[in-house]
Amino acid sequence: MNIDAIRNGLVIDHIRAGGAMDLYRLLHLGDMDCTVAIIKNAPSRKLGRKDIIKIDSDRYIDLGVIGFVDPDATINVIRDGKLVDKRRLDLPERIVNVLKCRNPRCITTVEPGLDQVFFLSDRDTHTYRCLYCEAKAELNKK
Amino acid sequence: MRHLIDIRDLDMREILTLLDLADDIYAKPEDFREVCRYKKLATLFFEPSTRTRLSFEAAMMELGGKVLGFSEAASSSASKGESVSDTVRVVGCYADIIAMRHPKEGAPLAAALHSTVPIINAGDGGHNHPTQTLTDLMTIRREKGGLSDFTIGLCGDLKFGRTVHSLIAALSRCEGVKFVCISPEELRLPGYVRQDVLIKSGAEFEEVSDLAEVMPELDVLYMTRVQRERFFNEEDYLRLKDSYILTPAKLERAKRDLSILHPLPRVNEIDTAIDADPRACYFRQALNGKFVRMALILKLLEEAGK
Repeated sequence: MNIDAIRNGLVIDHIRAGGAMDLYRLLHLGDMDCTVAIIKNAPSRKLGRKDIIKIDSDRYIDLGVIGFVDPDATINVIRDGKLVDKRRLDLPERIVNVLKCRNPRCITTVEPGLDQVFFLSDRDTHTYRCLYCEAKAELNKK
Repeated sequence: MRHLIDIRDLDMREILTLLDLADDIYAKPEDFREVCRYKKLATLFFEPSTRTRLSFEAAMMELGGKVLGFSEAASSSASKGESVSDTVRVVGCYADIIAMRHPKEGAPLAAALHSTVPIINAGDGGHNHPTQTLTDLMTIRREKGGLSDFTIGLCGDLKFGRTVHSLIAALSRCEGVKFVCISPEELRLPGYVRQDVLIKSGAEFEEVSDLAEVMPELDVLYMTRVQRERFFNEEDYLRLKDSYILTPAKLERAKRDLSILHPLPRVNEIDTAIDADPRACYFRQALNGKFVRMALILKLLEEAGK
Protein backbone atom coordinates (compact mmCIF):
# COMPACT_ATOMS: atom_id res chain seq x y z
CA MET A 1 0.00 0.00 0.00
CA ASN A 2 1.46 3.38 -1.00
CA ILE A 3 0.86 6.69 0.67
CA ASP A 4 2.50 9.69 -0.98
CA ALA A 5 5.52 11.11 0.80
CA ILE A 6 4.93 14.53 2.32
CA ARG A 7 7.06 17.60 1.60
CA ASN A 8 6.49 19.73 4.66
CA GLY A 9 4.78 18.39 7.73
CA LEU A 10 4.82 15.71 10.39
CA VAL A 11 4.76 11.98 10.59
CA ILE A 12 3.60 10.62 13.92
CA ASP A 13 5.03 7.12 13.99
CA HIS A 14 4.99 4.17 16.39
CA ILE A 15 1.48 4.90 17.61
CA ARG A 16 0.16 1.81 19.39
CA ALA A 17 -2.19 -0.05 17.08
CA GLY A 18 -5.70 1.34 17.41
CA GLY A 19 -4.57 4.66 18.88
CA ALA A 20 -4.48 6.78 15.72
CA MET A 21 -8.12 7.80 15.84
CA ASP A 22 -7.79 9.02 19.44
CA LEU A 23 -4.88 11.24 18.40
CA TYR A 24 -6.70 12.34 15.24
CA ARG A 25 -9.55 13.59 17.41
CA LEU A 26 -7.47 15.07 20.26
CA LEU A 27 -5.18 16.94 17.85
CA HIS A 28 -8.26 18.27 16.02
CA LEU A 29 -6.86 17.00 12.74
CA GLY A 30 -10.37 16.78 11.31
CA ASP A 31 -10.44 20.59 11.37
CA MET A 32 -7.40 20.89 9.07
CA ASP A 33 -7.78 21.41 5.36
CA CYS A 34 -4.50 19.72 4.38
CA THR A 35 -3.95 16.07 3.51
CA VAL A 36 -3.98 13.85 6.59
CA ALA A 37 -3.31 10.15 6.18
CA ILE A 38 -4.05 7.57 8.83
CA ILE A 39 -2.36 4.23 8.45
CA LYS A 40 -3.71 1.56 10.75
CA ASN A 41 -2.17 -1.76 11.73
CA ALA A 42 1.04 -1.29 9.79
CA PRO A 43 3.65 -3.98 10.46
CA SER A 44 6.25 -2.92 13.02
CA ARG A 45 9.40 -4.73 14.14
CA LYS A 46 9.21 -3.03 17.52
CA LEU A 47 5.49 -3.16 18.21
CA GLY A 48 4.21 -5.95 15.96
CA ARG A 49 1.49 -3.62 14.67
CA LYS A 50 1.40 0.14 14.79
CA ASP A 51 -0.54 3.14 13.54
CA ILE A 52 0.95 6.12 11.71
CA ILE A 53 -0.42 9.58 11.01
CA LYS A 54 0.97 11.76 8.23
CA ILE A 55 0.10 15.45 8.20
CA ASP A 56 0.98 17.36 5.05
CA SER A 57 1.14 20.81 6.58
CA ASP A 58 3.70 22.89 8.45
CA ARG A 59 1.00 24.68 10.41
CA TYR A 60 1.58 24.69 14.18
CA ILE A 61 -0.04 21.81 16.00
CA ASP A 62 0.06 21.51 19.80
CA LEU A 63 1.48 18.03 20.12
CA GLY A 64 1.80 18.00 23.90
CA VAL A 65 -1.12 15.66 24.37
CA ILE A 66 0.70 12.90 22.47
CA GLY A 67 2.99 12.36 25.44
CA PHE A 68 -0.09 11.65 27.56
CA VAL A 69 -1.95 9.46 25.07
CA ASP A 70 0.97 7.47 23.71
CA PRO A 71 4.42 8.19 25.18
CA ASP A 72 6.06 5.69 22.79
CA ALA A 73 4.97 7.56 19.67
CA THR A 74 7.70 9.37 17.73
CA ILE A 75 7.45 12.63 15.83
CA ASN A 76 9.25 13.02 12.52
CA VAL A 77 9.49 16.56 11.18
CA ILE A 78 9.75 16.76 7.38
CA ARG A 79 11.01 19.85 5.56
CA ASP A 80 11.42 19.93 1.76
CA GLY A 81 10.84 16.21 1.67
CA LYS A 82 13.67 15.48 4.13
CA LEU A 83 13.61 14.27 7.72
CA VAL A 84 15.03 17.17 9.76
CA ASP A 85 14.06 16.14 13.30
CA LYS A 86 12.97 12.98 15.04
CA ARG A 87 11.91 12.97 18.64
CA ARG A 88 9.71 11.62 21.37
CA LEU A 89 7.52 13.93 23.36
CA ASP A 90 8.05 14.27 27.06
CA LEU A 91 4.99 14.35 29.27
CA PRO A 92 3.69 17.93 29.29
CA GLU A 93 3.25 19.59 32.69
CA ARG A 94 -0.22 20.74 31.64
CA ILE A 95 -2.79 19.73 29.05
CA VAL A 96 -5.18 22.56 28.25
CA ASN A 97 -8.52 22.27 26.45
CA VAL A 98 -7.83 18.83 25.03
CA LEU A 99 -9.50 16.54 27.57
CA LYS A 100 -12.73 17.10 29.45
CA CYS A 101 -13.14 16.37 33.13
CA ARG A 102 -15.54 13.48 33.59
CA ASN A 103 -16.30 14.13 37.26
CA PRO A 104 -19.96 15.20 37.32
CA ARG A 105 -19.25 17.17 40.51
CA CYS A 106 -16.53 19.30 38.87
CA ILE A 107 -17.14 23.03 38.35
CA THR A 108 -16.13 22.63 34.68
CA THR A 109 -19.32 20.65 34.03
CA VAL A 110 -21.49 23.68 34.74
CA GLU A 111 -19.22 26.51 33.62
CA PRO A 112 -18.30 25.89 29.99
CA GLY A 113 -16.25 29.10 29.82
CA LEU A 114 -13.54 27.61 32.04
CA ASP A 115 -10.40 26.20 30.44
CA GLN A 116 -10.18 22.44 30.86
CA VAL A 117 -6.80 22.13 32.53
CA PHE A 118 -5.09 18.90 33.60
CA PHE A 119 -1.75 18.85 35.40
CA LEU A 120 0.83 16.07 35.60
CA SER A 121 0.44 14.69 39.11
CA ASP A 122 2.61 11.58 38.81
CA ARG A 123 5.26 11.24 36.13
CA ASP A 124 5.94 7.56 36.91
CA THR A 125 2.35 6.49 36.33
CA HIS A 126 1.61 9.16 33.66
CA THR A 127 -1.26 10.37 35.83
CA TYR A 128 -2.92 13.67 35.02
CA ARG A 129 -5.54 15.28 37.24
CA CYS A 130 -8.09 18.01 36.75
CA LEU A 131 -6.75 21.32 38.06
CA TYR A 132 -10.10 22.10 39.68
CA CYS A 133 -11.37 18.86 41.23
CA GLU A 134 -8.28 16.59 40.94
CA ALA A 135 -10.22 13.80 39.21
CA LYS A 136 -7.96 11.55 37.17
CA ALA A 137 -7.79 12.33 33.46
CA GLU A 138 -9.33 9.80 31.15
CA LEU A 139 -9.43 9.75 27.40
CA ASN A 140 -12.84 10.85 26.23
CA LYS A 141 -13.73 8.07 23.79
CA LYS A 142 -16.48 8.88 21.37
CA MET B 1 -3.09 37.62 45.51
CA ARG B 2 -2.90 35.02 48.26
CA HIS B 3 -5.92 32.72 48.67
CA LEU B 4 -6.65 29.59 50.69
CA ILE B 5 -8.12 27.03 48.32
CA ASP B 6 -6.33 23.90 49.47
CA ILE B 7 -4.56 23.29 52.79
CA ARG B 8 -1.44 22.57 50.70
CA ASP B 9 -1.40 26.28 49.79
CA LEU B 10 0.11 26.77 53.26
CA ASP B 11 3.42 25.28 54.31
CA MET B 12 3.75 23.81 57.81
CA ARG B 13 5.54 26.87 59.12
CA GLU B 14 2.66 29.08 58.02
CA ILE B 15 0.13 26.67 59.51
CA LEU B 16 1.90 26.67 62.86
CA THR B 17 2.12 30.47 62.82
CA LEU B 18 -1.62 30.64 62.14
CA LEU B 19 -2.35 28.23 64.99
CA ASP B 20 -0.15 30.31 67.31
CA LEU B 21 -2.11 33.41 66.35
CA ALA B 22 -5.41 31.56 66.86
CA ASP B 23 -4.24 30.51 70.34
CA ASP B 24 -3.30 34.13 71.09
CA ILE B 25 -6.75 35.34 70.02
CA TYR B 26 -8.36 32.56 72.09
CA ALA B 27 -6.38 33.70 75.14
CA LYS B 28 -6.92 37.46 74.72
CA PRO B 29 -9.78 38.16 72.30
CA GLU B 30 -10.07 41.75 73.58
CA ASP B 31 -6.74 42.57 71.93
CA PHE B 32 -8.22 41.86 68.50
CA ARG B 33 -11.64 43.51 68.76
CA GLU B 34 -10.88 46.44 66.46
CA VAL B 35 -8.23 45.07 64.09
CA CYS B 36 -10.63 44.66 61.15
CA ARG B 37 -12.64 47.80 61.70
CA TYR B 38 -14.06 49.09 58.37
CA LYS B 39 -13.25 45.76 56.66
CA LYS B 40 -15.92 43.58 55.09
CA LEU B 41 -16.12 39.84 54.66
CA ALA B 42 -18.46 38.47 51.97
CA THR B 43 -19.78 34.99 52.69
CA LEU B 44 -20.85 33.45 49.36
CA PHE B 45 -22.55 30.19 50.29
CA PHE B 46 -23.94 28.43 47.24
CA GLU B 47 -24.66 25.43 49.44
CA PRO B 48 -26.32 25.38 52.87
CA SER B 49 -24.10 25.55 55.93
CA THR B 50 -24.65 26.46 59.53
CA ARG B 51 -21.48 26.28 61.52
CA THR B 52 -18.97 27.20 58.83
CA ARG B 53 -20.88 30.28 57.68
CA LEU B 54 -21.73 31.39 61.22
CA SER B 55 -18.19 30.84 62.43
CA PHE B 56 -16.83 32.95 59.56
CA GLU B 57 -19.35 35.66 60.32
CA ALA B 58 -18.70 35.52 64.05
CA ALA B 59 -14.95 35.59 63.37
CA MET B 60 -15.20 38.77 61.28
CA MET B 61 -17.54 40.44 63.75
CA GLU B 62 -15.21 39.67 66.66
CA LEU B 63 -12.40 41.30 64.72
CA GLY B 64 -14.50 44.44 64.46
CA GLY B 65 -15.38 43.97 60.77
CA LYS B 66 -18.68 43.64 58.96
CA VAL B 67 -20.26 40.84 56.96
CA LEU B 68 -22.39 40.65 53.82
CA GLY B 69 -23.35 37.79 51.52
CA PHE B 70 -25.89 35.07 50.85
CA SER B 71 -26.52 31.63 52.26
CA GLU B 72 -27.98 29.74 49.30
CA ALA B 73 -27.49 29.79 45.55
CA ALA B 74 -31.17 30.60 44.96
CA SER B 75 -30.70 34.06 46.47
CA SER B 76 -27.64 34.88 44.35
CA SER B 77 -27.04 35.66 40.68
CA ALA B 78 -25.97 32.05 40.24
CA SER B 79 -29.67 31.30 39.88
CA LYS B 80 -29.60 33.56 36.80
CA GLY B 81 -26.65 31.64 35.38
CA GLU B 82 -23.79 33.90 36.47
CA SER B 83 -20.38 32.20 36.63
CA VAL B 84 -18.49 32.06 39.92
CA SER B 85 -15.66 34.09 38.42
CA ASP B 86 -18.06 36.90 37.48
CA THR B 87 -19.68 36.73 40.90
CA VAL B 88 -16.38 37.18 42.74
CA ARG B 89 -15.21 39.94 40.44
CA VAL B 90 -18.34 41.87 41.34
CA VAL B 91 -18.26 41.01 45.03
CA GLY B 92 -14.59 42.06 45.11
CA CYS B 93 -15.84 45.60 44.43
CA TYR B 94 -17.81 45.54 47.68
CA ALA B 95 -15.83 43.37 50.10
CA ASP B 96 -12.20 43.01 51.22
CA ILE B 97 -12.19 39.21 51.50
CA ILE B 98 -14.50 36.37 50.42
CA ALA B 99 -15.36 33.05 52.03
CA MET B 100 -16.99 30.76 49.46
CA ARG B 101 -18.77 27.44 49.73
CA HIS B 102 -19.94 25.75 46.56
CA PRO B 103 -21.35 22.29 45.78
CA LYS B 104 -19.15 21.95 42.69
CA GLU B 105 -15.58 20.80 43.20
CA GLY B 106 -12.98 23.35 42.18
CA ALA B 107 -15.39 26.31 42.21
CA PRO B 108 -13.29 28.34 44.70
CA LEU B 109 -10.21 27.81 42.53
CA ALA B 110 -12.12 28.94 39.44
CA ALA B 111 -13.17 32.00 41.45
CA ALA B 112 -9.65 32.70 42.71
CA LEU B 113 -8.26 32.78 39.17
CA HIS B 114 -10.19 36.02 38.60
CA SER B 115 -10.61 37.53 42.04
CA THR B 116 -9.11 40.85 43.12
CA VAL B 117 -9.59 40.01 46.81
CA PRO B 118 -8.50 36.93 48.81
CA ILE B 119 -10.75 33.88 48.46
CA ILE B 120 -11.14 31.36 51.26
CA ASN B 121 -12.49 27.96 50.28
CA ALA B 122 -15.21 27.20 52.81
CA GLY B 123 -15.87 23.78 51.25
CA ASP B 124 -16.20 22.67 47.62
CA GLY B 125 -18.34 19.60 47.08
CA GLY B 126 -16.62 16.45 48.29
CA HIS B 127 -13.21 17.91 47.53
CA ASN B 128 -11.55 20.20 50.09
CA HIS B 129 -12.35 22.08 53.26
CA PRO B 130 -9.11 23.75 54.39
CA THR B 131 -10.53 25.92 57.18
CA GLN B 132 -12.05 22.85 58.81
CA THR B 133 -8.56 21.37 58.63
CA LEU B 134 -7.07 24.38 60.39
CA THR B 135 -9.78 23.89 63.01
CA ASP B 136 -8.92 20.20 63.32
CA LEU B 137 -5.20 20.92 63.58
CA MET B 138 -5.76 23.55 66.24
CA THR B 139 -7.92 21.10 68.19
CA ILE B 140 -5.46 18.21 67.93
CA ARG B 141 -2.60 20.47 68.97
CA ARG B 142 -4.51 21.83 71.95
CA GLU B 143 -5.73 18.39 73.03
CA LYS B 144 -2.54 16.40 72.39
CA GLY B 145 0.06 19.11 72.94
CA GLY B 146 1.53 18.79 69.44
CA LEU B 147 1.09 17.62 65.87
CA SER B 148 3.50 14.70 65.78
CA ASP B 149 3.84 11.10 66.89
CA PHE B 150 0.26 9.91 67.20
CA THR B 151 -2.13 7.51 65.50
CA ILE B 152 -5.29 8.95 64.02
CA GLY B 153 -8.31 6.91 62.97
CA LEU B 154 -10.39 8.48 60.20
CA CYS B 155 -13.79 6.85 60.21
CA GLY B 156 -16.85 6.93 57.96
CA ASP B 157 -17.13 8.44 54.51
CA LEU B 158 -13.55 8.78 53.35
CA LYS B 159 -14.50 8.98 49.68
CA PHE B 160 -16.61 12.14 49.70
CA GLY B 161 -15.46 13.44 53.09
CA ARG B 162 -13.68 16.63 52.12
CA THR B 163 -12.64 17.34 55.71
CA VAL B 164 -10.77 14.03 55.77
CA HIS B 165 -8.97 14.76 52.48
CA SER B 166 -7.70 18.12 53.68
CA LEU B 167 -6.74 16.78 57.11
CA ILE B 168 -4.69 13.96 55.58
CA ALA B 169 -2.97 16.45 53.26
CA ALA B 170 -1.91 18.48 56.30
CA LEU B 171 -1.02 15.70 58.76
CA SER B 172 0.95 13.72 56.17
CA ARG B 173 3.52 16.54 56.44
CA CYS B 174 3.90 16.01 60.19
CA GLU B 175 6.41 13.65 61.81
CA GLY B 176 5.34 10.25 63.07
CA VAL B 177 1.61 10.45 62.31
CA LYS B 178 0.06 7.07 61.49
CA PHE B 179 -3.26 6.98 59.64
CA VAL B 180 -5.87 4.28 60.14
CA CYS B 181 -8.55 4.71 57.47
CA ILE B 182 -11.79 3.05 58.59
CA SER B 183 -14.58 2.84 56.01
CA PRO B 184 -16.74 0.46 54.00
CA GLU B 185 -15.11 -0.70 50.76
CA GLU B 186 -17.30 1.67 48.71
CA LEU B 187 -16.24 4.74 50.69
CA ARG B 188 -12.47 4.31 50.65
CA LEU B 189 -10.18 7.29 50.02
CA PRO B 190 -10.09 8.59 46.43
CA GLY B 191 -6.91 8.08 44.39
CA TYR B 192 -5.78 11.69 44.61
CA VAL B 193 -5.54 11.35 48.39
CA ARG B 194 -4.40 7.74 48.71
CA GLN B 195 -1.86 7.75 45.90
CA ASP B 196 -0.86 11.37 45.52
CA VAL B 197 -0.79 12.34 49.18
CA LEU B 198 -0.49 9.35 51.51
CA ILE B 199 1.72 7.07 49.44
CA LYS B 200 3.86 9.92 48.10
CA SER B 201 4.47 11.29 51.60
CA GLY B 202 5.67 7.94 52.87
CA ALA B 203 3.32 8.16 55.85
CA GLU B 204 2.36 4.94 57.56
CA PHE B 205 -1.27 4.04 56.89
CA GLU B 206 -3.69 1.16 56.76
CA GLU B 207 -7.22 0.75 55.38
CA VAL B 208 -9.63 -1.30 57.46
CA SER B 209 -13.37 -1.72 57.79
CA ASP B 210 -13.70 -2.66 61.48
CA LEU B 211 -13.62 0.26 63.92
CA ALA B 212 -13.71 -1.90 67.08
CA GLU B 213 -10.65 -3.86 66.00
CA VAL B 214 -8.39 -0.79 65.71
CA MET B 215 -9.89 1.26 68.56
CA PRO B 216 -7.19 0.38 71.19
CA GLU B 217 -4.36 1.80 69.06
CA LEU B 218 -5.93 5.20 68.34
CA ASP B 219 -4.84 8.48 69.94
CA VAL B 220 -7.26 10.55 67.88
CA LEU B 221 -10.54 9.35 66.36
CA TYR B 222 -11.94 11.55 63.60
CA MET B 223 -15.55 10.59 62.96
CA THR B 224 -17.42 11.73 59.85
CA ARG B 225 -20.99 11.62 58.63
CA VAL B 226 -22.03 9.67 55.54
CA GLN B 227 -23.40 12.61 53.57
CA ARG B 228 -26.68 12.09 51.75
CA GLU B 229 -26.01 15.09 49.47
CA ARG B 230 -22.91 13.45 47.97
CA PHE B 231 -24.74 10.41 46.64
CA PHE B 232 -26.45 10.28 43.26
CA ASN B 233 -28.15 7.06 44.31
CA GLU B 234 -30.41 7.10 47.40
CA GLU B 235 -30.20 3.33 47.66
CA ASP B 236 -26.42 3.45 48.13
CA TYR B 237 -26.80 6.13 50.79
CA LEU B 238 -29.36 4.12 52.75
CA ARG B 239 -27.18 1.02 52.61
CA LEU B 240 -24.07 2.81 53.90
CA LYS B 241 -25.37 5.53 56.21
CA ASP B 242 -25.25 3.51 59.43
CA SER B 243 -21.91 1.82 58.80
CA TYR B 244 -20.31 3.29 61.92
CA ILE B 245 -22.01 4.45 65.08
CA LEU B 246 -19.77 5.28 68.01
CA THR B 247 -21.30 4.17 71.30
CA PRO B 248 -20.03 4.09 74.91
CA ALA B 249 -19.67 0.31 74.57
CA LYS B 250 -17.33 0.70 71.60
CA LEU B 251 -15.22 3.17 73.57
CA GLU B 252 -14.53 0.65 76.33
CA ARG B 253 -11.40 -0.56 74.55
CA ALA B 254 -10.22 2.94 73.65
CA LYS B 255 -7.30 4.75 75.27
CA ARG B 256 -8.12 6.88 78.28
CA ASP B 257 -6.65 9.94 76.57
CA LEU B 258 -8.28 9.37 73.19
CA SER B 259 -9.50 12.59 71.51
CA ILE B 260 -12.75 12.24 69.55
CA LEU B 261 -13.21 14.82 66.82
CA HIS B 262 -16.07 15.36 64.38
CA PRO B 263 -16.44 18.25 61.92
CA LEU B 264 -20.19 18.29 62.66
CA PRO B 265 -23.04 18.19 61.96
CA ARG B 266 -23.53 14.68 63.22
CA VAL B 267 -26.61 12.64 62.53
CA ASN B 268 -26.33 9.43 64.50
CA GLU B 269 -22.69 8.42 64.06
CA ILE B 270 -21.81 9.49 67.62
CA ASP B 271 -24.21 8.46 70.37
CA THR B 272 -25.18 11.56 72.39
CA ALA B 273 -24.27 9.61 75.54
CA ILE B 274 -20.63 10.21 74.58
CA ASP B 275 -21.01 14.01 74.70
CA ALA B 276 -20.35 14.05 78.45
CA ASP B 277 -17.19 11.95 78.09
CA PRO B 278 -14.11 14.20 78.47
CA ARG B 279 -12.64 12.49 75.40
CA ALA B 280 -15.37 14.10 73.24
CA CYS B 281 -13.71 17.19 71.73
CA TYR B 282 -16.16 18.10 68.96
CA PHE B 283 -17.84 21.05 70.64
CA ARG B 284 -14.48 22.47 71.73
CA GLN B 285 -13.43 21.88 68.11
CA ALA B 286 -16.37 24.00 66.85
CA LEU B 287 -15.27 26.83 69.13
CA ASN B 288 -11.68 26.57 67.90
CA GLY B 289 -13.03 27.01 64.36
CA LYS B 290 -13.99 30.60 65.06
CA PHE B 291 -10.56 31.52 66.42
CA VAL B 292 -8.61 29.91 63.63
CA ARG B 293 -10.81 31.64 61.02
CA MET B 294 -10.11 34.94 62.79
CA ALA B 295 -6.40 34.22 62.44
CA LEU B 296 -6.79 33.31 58.77
CA ILE B 297 -8.80 36.43 57.91
CA LEU B 298 -6.12 38.55 59.58
CA LYS B 299 -3.30 36.82 57.72
CA LEU B 300 -4.90 37.03 54.27
CA LEU B 301 -5.96 40.66 54.70
CA GLU B 302 -2.47 41.54 55.88
CA GLU B 303 -0.86 39.79 52.90
CA ALA B 304 -3.26 41.52 50.52
CA GLY B 305 -2.16 44.84 52.02
CA LYS B 306 -5.66 45.67 53.20
